[in-house]
Amino acid sequence: MLELIVISTLNGVLFGMLLFLLSSGLTVIFSMMGVLNFAHASFYMLGAFFGFQLTKWIGFWPALVLAPLLVGAIGMAVERYGLRNTHKHGHVAELLLTFGLAFAIEEIVSMIWGKSPVDYRVPALLDFPAFTIFSTNYPAYKIFMLAVSVVIFVALLIVLKRTRVGLIVQAALTHPHMVGHLGHNVGRVFMVVFGVGSALAGIAGVIAGPALVTQSDMAAALGPILFVVIVFGGLGSLPGAFVASLVIGLVQTFAVALNGSLASAFGPLDPSAGPSVLTDIWNVTIAQVAPIVPYLLLVIILIVRPMGLMGTRES
Amino acid sequence: MMRKLTLAIAVVAPMLGHAASAQDTLKIGYIDPLSGGGASVGEGGLKTFQYLADELNAKGGILGHKIEIVPLDNKTNPQESLVQAQKAIDAGVHYITQGNGSSVGAALSDFVTKNNTRNPGKEVLYFNYAAVDPSLTNEKCSYWHFRWDASSDIKMEALTNYMKDTASIKKVYLINQDYSFGQSVRTDARKMLGAKRPDIQIVGDELHPLLKVTDFSPYIAKIKASGADSVVTGNWGQDIALLLKAAADAGLKVNWYTYYAGGAGGPTAIKQTGLDHQVFQITEGFANSGNKAAMDYEKAFRAKVNLSLWYPRAVNEMRMFKAAAEKANSIDPVKVAAALEDLKFEVLDGGTGIMRKDDHQFLQPIYISSFGKLTENEPFDEENTGWGWHLVSKVDTEKAMVPTTCKMARP
Repeated sequence: MLELIVISTLNGVLFGMLLFLLSSGLTVIFSMMGVLNFAHASFYMLGAFFGFQLTKWIGFWPALVLAPLLVGAIGMAVERYGLRNTHKHGHVAELLLTFGLAFAIEEIVSMIWGKSPVDYRVPALLDFPAFTIFSTNYPAYKIFMLAVSVVIFVALLIVLKRTRVGLIVQAALTHPHMVGHLGHNVGRVFMVVFGVGSALAGIAGVIAGPALVTQSDMAAALGPILFVVIVFGGLGSLPGAFVASLVIGLVQTFAVALNGSLASAFGPLDPSAGPSVLTDIWNVTIAQVAPIVPYLLLVIILIVRPMGLMGTRES
Repeated sequence: MMRKLTLAIAVVAPMLGHAASAQDTLKIGYIDPLSGGGASVGEGGLKTFQYLADELNAKGGILGHKIEIVPLDNKTNPQESLVQAQKAIDAGVHYITQGNGSSVGAALSDFVTKNNTRNPGKEVLYFNYAAVDPSLTNEKCSYWHFRWDASSDIKMEALTNYMKDTASIKKVYLINQDYSFGQSVRTDARKMLGAKRPDIQIVGDELHPLLKVTDFSPYIAKIKASGADSVVTGNWGQDIALLLKAAADAGLKVNWYTYYAGGAGGPTAIKQTGLDHQVFQITEGFANSGNKAAMDYEKAFRAKVNLSLWYPRAVNEMRMFKAAAEKANSIDPVKVAAALEDLKFEVLDGGTGIMRKDDHQFLQPIYISSFGKLTENEPFDEENTGWGWHLVSKVDTEKAMVPTTCKMARP
């Protein structure tokens, strides 16, 4: 049992940190633009595919640096030539732009790399068990993923909270006009923030690609969870996104590990009643409903605390 | 009006290219996943059928008709499959074949049955090469559906007969996909193990979402914690490859009793686990079966397609299709269907199979094989691992049967 708890905690934290890499960018972009970026998970997918392709050409380590830079550059281009132009037409236009972009990226990716999973392998250097707890191996690559996520989280925190750049970004998020009057190029700040946010998603893609599955529907599979994270954490709140990522990661992993059902809590139904919808609900285990648990959390948080865990605004 | 229409057709027809030759080609709609989690096996299946079509075409096709495989991507989704099936029928397809996903199989069987009732004279046959949910040849059986793979309960019967005699099995963990097929595997396993080896403890019974899980490590942690010595799974596609991969990463040492460990990615993951001859699969044939003709066929297939022959049943299906058409001397689906009933056939890996008239389940010899280091007379490895499948047990046709409850509505 202890073994299950330790392993599940590790897996949960790992998945949570991965979600954070994605949601941090998304939530900062939200504070900036005031709209959700539907294409954010697509940048994650682009990161994974660029990582795969560059790994083939120049090896994993250069790819780890280059792929996110490429994704970041695409992100900046999207902001500069797409979103900035639609901004004056209001939020709906921006939203639709990112929405369309998500579909376009998915189609382009499946045109180039096909629709089935690509063979994106863990680099040989990290393909060994890092340590063994209770006779279960924990892969070194997962530890590496965890380390990368933590390093980026710390770096992000320092930049935003301790540097002048961070100060300007934070000011531009809440008081763009004042920052503009003080002589800063707000447009460029936004573009860079968007680029960095996309690059973070790109990093997540490069490191998650070999561990999970790199294929053209990976954005669509992860997108909804991402929205759960940032709504749960509070729209626009970075600490909120961090807590929410870990909570969702852990909840999802532990839900899989639990076998409890209504039947095990209250005893089986009278067998003479025969099979019905009720017996199905009665016997379903928490593990079986694991995939919907995050969405359930989303509904609950919206009812109880509409601004999210650490959000500040009501809407 | 009519003349205008004729004129229009006369103008358009040459533009459509093979509209003119449509009469001569025999189109088979291949409805399977070519994207998403099932794509790896779906694409393998497509290549197999295209190889088989080429092979038949080289010998003059079926009754002089060239065979064309029409690939249609259903994304392992029943609704999408029906859209694709309709598209195929509109394009003049009278034979569809599908394998991945019994949920899809059930939808297609129902669709074809309705289509044939409503459109007499435009019947469509559904050739099922891998959807093994027993209900398709029992309570949901259809005259227009023919299945070449052994149904899940036949496979489980054979598998549990083998497990029964393996004294080292004490604790079994069941992990399956959460849909009709996965549920039938788990129910059959519980029932049959319970009857044959009541001393075996079922320490876990897991259902996970179909083709949605990208990291099985939480499940592996759970299997580990349960103390199981054996795992029984019907998983296929990425669900078996990723499950075995996660097991390899975690160093889980158990015996695996599987239906589809031989699919894309499975062998690589098993080699990584280092479980030499501890992963078993149950199939209607395999590369190192020892049958000379089958092994020659495997060699030619691999040389051309660069893939193992996962589906000996597809070979049986296409060859029997030809035999039935020749017996009926027609490619009319109604006549072919009648000719297929109770048709006896020498299967690829040797032995006689028969398409049972009562439920349209093909009965054939099946094999249990294990994956590991190869001996001298076993030339074929998988996915360049150096390891391959080794014969463990063969079950003859007479013993690989289970009764059916099908009450077939005949036209």
